[in-house]
Amino acid sequence: MDWLTTVDHKKIGILYFAAGGFFFIVGGIEALLIRLQLMFPMGANGESWFLTGQTYNEIMTMHGTTMIFLAAMPLIFGLMNAVVPLQIGARDVAFPFLNSLGFWTFFFGGVLLNISWFTGTVPDIGWTAYAPLSGSEFSGTGSDYYAIGLQIAGIGTLVGGINFLVTIINMRAPGMTFMRMPLFTWTVFITSGIILFAFPALAVGLIYITFDRLFDANFFVTATGGNAVLWEHIFWIFGHPEVYILILPAFGAISEILPTFARKRLFGYSSMVFATALIGFLSFMVWAHHMFTVGMGDIANALFGVATMLIAIPTGIKVFNWLFTIWGGKIQFTTAMLYATSFIPTFVMGGVTGVMLAIPPADFQFHDSYFVVAHFHYVIVGGIVLSLLAAVYYWWPKMFGRMLNETLGKWSFWLFFSGFHLTFFIQHFLGLWGMPRRVFTYLPNQGWDTANFVSTIGAFFMAAGVIVILLNVIISIKGPKAPADPWDGRTLEWSIASPSPEYNFKQLPLVRGLDAFWLEKMDGKKEMTPAEPLGPIHMPSASILPFFMSLGLFIAGFGFMYRGYEFDSAFINNLFGNNIIAICGLAITLVCMFLRSVYDDHGYHIEVEELQKEG
Amino acid sequence: MNRWHLWKRIIPLLMVFSLLLTGCSLVGQGSNPIDPKASVAEEQYGLILLSIGIMILVVIVVFALYFYAIVRYRRKPGDDSIPKQVEGSHKLEIIWTVIPMILLLILAVPSVALTFSQDEDYSDDPEVIQVKATGHQFWWEFEYSDLGIYTAQDLVLPVNQRVQFELTSSDVIHSFWIPAMGGKMDTNPGMTNLLYLDTPAEPEVLLGKCAEFCGESHALMDFKVKVVSQEEYDTWVANMQAPAAVVEADVKSGEELFKQNCMSCHAIDAGTPGLGPNLKGFADREVVAGYLEMTDGNIFEWIKKPEEFKGKTVEMPAIPLDDNQFNDIVQYLKTLKLE
Ligand code: HEM
Ligand SMILES: [Cu+2]
Repeated sequence: MDWLTTVDHKKIGILYFAAGGFFFIVGGIEALLIRLQLMFPMGANGESWFLTGQTYNEIMTMHGTTMIFLAAMPLIFGLMNAVVPLQIGARDVAFPFLNSLGFWTFFFGGVLLNISWFTGTVPDIGWTAYAPLSGSEFSGTGSDYYAIGLQIAGIGTLVGGINFLVTIINMRAPGMTFMRMPLFTWTVFITSGIILFAFPALAVGLIYITFDRLFDANFFVTATGGNAVLWEHIFWIFGHPEVYILILPAFGAISEILPTFARKRLFGYSSMVFATALIGFLSFMVWAHHMFTVGMGDIANALFGVATMLIAIPTGIKVFNWLFTIWGGKIQFTTAMLYATSFIPTFVMGGVTGVMLAIPPADFQFHDSYFVVAHFHYVIVGGIVLSLLAAVYYWWPKMFGRMLNETLGKWSFWLFFSGFHLTFFIQHFLGLWGMPRRVFTYLPNQGWDTANFVSTIGAFFMAAGVIVILLNVIISIKGPKAPADPWDGRTLEWSIASPSPEYNFKQLPLVRGLDAFWLEKMDGKKEMTPAEPLGPIHMPSASILPFFMSLGLFIAGFGFMYRGYEFDSAFINNLFGNNIIAICGLAITLVCMFLRSVYDDHGYHIEVEELQKEG
Repeated sequence: MNRWHLWKRIIPLLMVFSLLLTGCSLVGQGSNPIDPKASVAEEQYGLILLSIGIMILVVIVVFALYFYAIVRYRRKPGDDSIPKQVEGSHKLEIIWTVIPMILLLILAVPSVALTFSQDEDYSDDPEVIQVKATGHQFWWEFEYSDLGIYTAQDLVLPVNQRVQFELTSSDVIHSFWIPAMGGKMDTNPGMTNLLYLDTPAEPEVLLGKCAEFCGESHALMDFKVKVVSQEEYDTWVANMQAPAAVVEADVKSGEELFKQNCMSCHAIDAGTPGLGPNLKGFADREVVAGYLEMTDGNIFEWIKKPEEFKGKTVEMPAIPLDDNQFNDIVQYLKTLKLE
């Protein structure tokens, strides 16, 4: 019950981790099924050896959608919640209630999407859901699950982004100027800015497609004057920034972990900040590089191609700064550091293929081939997942107060890392040899059989790596207790106990420079100098309303989805057909909103005596 | 103990390395972008090679710095000293901003040039063959606009010719791709896209594909490009334009059944498109339904239950006949030869 009502950012962070981790495993199982199907080519009489085309397309769609929206995003949000307020020396986020609402909408959106597995109408349109394939003429209820599930989950992301913008602007500890902010916080700040502009585009697109499907509007229906390519523009105006929403915090985590374990400050801090901001800006200027083959014409293709190549420059600055951070350092290879250092070459390999894809005439050959599948897994798995795993090993002690086992950690690393390259490196070649993506089977003897076989073997290595990680997490429940500062850290979160107390900082710390805690330690101090006298701490009260508000949306989603559906029972038909379910769902949400506005809750205080008792 | 540690590092490296090697020895035998057979694909291949070259250079530099750093700057056991805290270096940072800029410039100039030159429109050029290709779930229709010929699945072209394609779709978005001849272009419903490609210098059969996810049987939406000598092409055109021949007595029943059950969608003269693939010259085709070997058994199975091959979203309905009747239709279809 505590978990359903919590508004504590650290607990919400753990909730994000649990849900995101769960969906990551679901998406991973889907990935294994995909690879298993592609292990062998089509049989002599055209038969598929394992999955039908329909099932494959469903699994492929759910894999992509799940990994992006329900695994990578929430894991990033989990990190943001667990780390950012501590790094800036704040007691909480700006809007704790909204924070909880954000989690629950994401969670119910994700559940809604996955319920499709049990109703038998799974989205089968790819995670990009191109119109008119996703319209009512060419696809079934699965597309409604996609549109409505993501709509609900998207609310959570938008709300979360706004929350972190305000938190970082308003709640930094005394003395922490913008240019003294740890780089992870910087990247979260820029990412939140991107969310603010990108997610509304997705919301609008999903509303259009829902209206097309449910109410016979014709935004994307060409037969009645709509425009199918419009969806592609809307989707990628959201979709391209989305990948930067994911990768920037990953960059941030790497920028924290490398200095800690190399015992050096980050090389070129200010250029890192500048590069991050520049990438954030450019991410909105290049969406059409996903659409070179749409027929936009030479001028648009040339412009978007060159603009895309430009992103390589700030990204390159980052890579070299990281290299020179460890250069001359004293590197200690903990598991976190193994993941973080392996990120560098892997991400660079993903980055250079990105530049190759930015060449329009070459992309005419690469587009929608396995070259693209290889590229985006190098950046998403090699970039985001490797750095997420680094971050998990790094901040785990702070979040849970327990250490993860280092030996298991190294096993997991080597399994996952070698499996990753085994799976995806060869897919570059598959692409160059002409294998299109999103195919459920392929004709034999095109030179693809061995490569596909190898790729599948690699996927099982990765799965083994993930199993070892899970094992490690389970063992850590009884593992050794974590000290406050296990890694000799540099930033504020390491100056308080692990796990941190609910109010984070008994007294707000005084920040005297970049790497605030490190500076104090170098001056021979053990703790931060407080910026205020000990006083009562104001805390927000827990609330169940966010849970019910999201539940209401979830129910309403179902109501809308099945309003035109024929059920066996006349009673149920009535409920859905007359929108009674939908209206009930919305009513629950509205009532909760009403309660929230009329009922003044000022929270409570933790008094000084209590704080002193805890030591 | 130490030895074991070493192996833990080397084994994965070996794995990656052996992968590289297999990569090189496995060069695909299909119709593919890095085995270009005609000029458009060759130009694109040139750019691909240039970019791979530059990228390998970048990767080598980064890897060299990286491996040097992680080997050279490991913390020795018991070493608790604190390294110098370097803030940064403007000189270095300028270097690694400027060098990538130069590399990108080297890449961007030919890219932009080719982007423009490959976007030429030859629709009004009488020397150039005009073909209208239309994507359907899950087959391809080709109309030779100047010749009044409709055909499907097999695209016949003469050697050494420029072809201007006009691309569109009748349902969802597909993408028209002949990897060995050049890059792809989407076919969007309600719009037309232009794409020109050149044909190879020698006769050969190339594989074409649909490259945009278009539904249940997207993977099976292949077609064949038959590149033939100019004389063969001319004969083919003449034969396609000739009216359908009268069939022999022993396939009369098959013809009857075809007329009753199939004609509503499939035309057998090349002058009209038909709702489904035009079947003129069907027996000369390389494959059934775009991907199945051309055998009696496969034709039989396909017309009996198309949904078992291309799924429930395929636009060809199952036809309520018995096996003998299907057999008669197969016999009839096999007479649909040119000349
Ligand atoms: C064990 C690890 C993984 C394996 C073996 C794997 C495998 C695959 C394969 C083979 C495809 C191509 C499907 C096709 O084109 O037919 C695919 C698509 C995709 N994957 Fe993964 N994947 C893995 C992990 C991930 C992760 C961690 C993410 C993101 C965080 C991810 C994101 C995607 C996306 C967005 C797509 C595109 C789906 C679409 O085209 O609609 N994958 N994956
Ligand atoms: Cu298609």
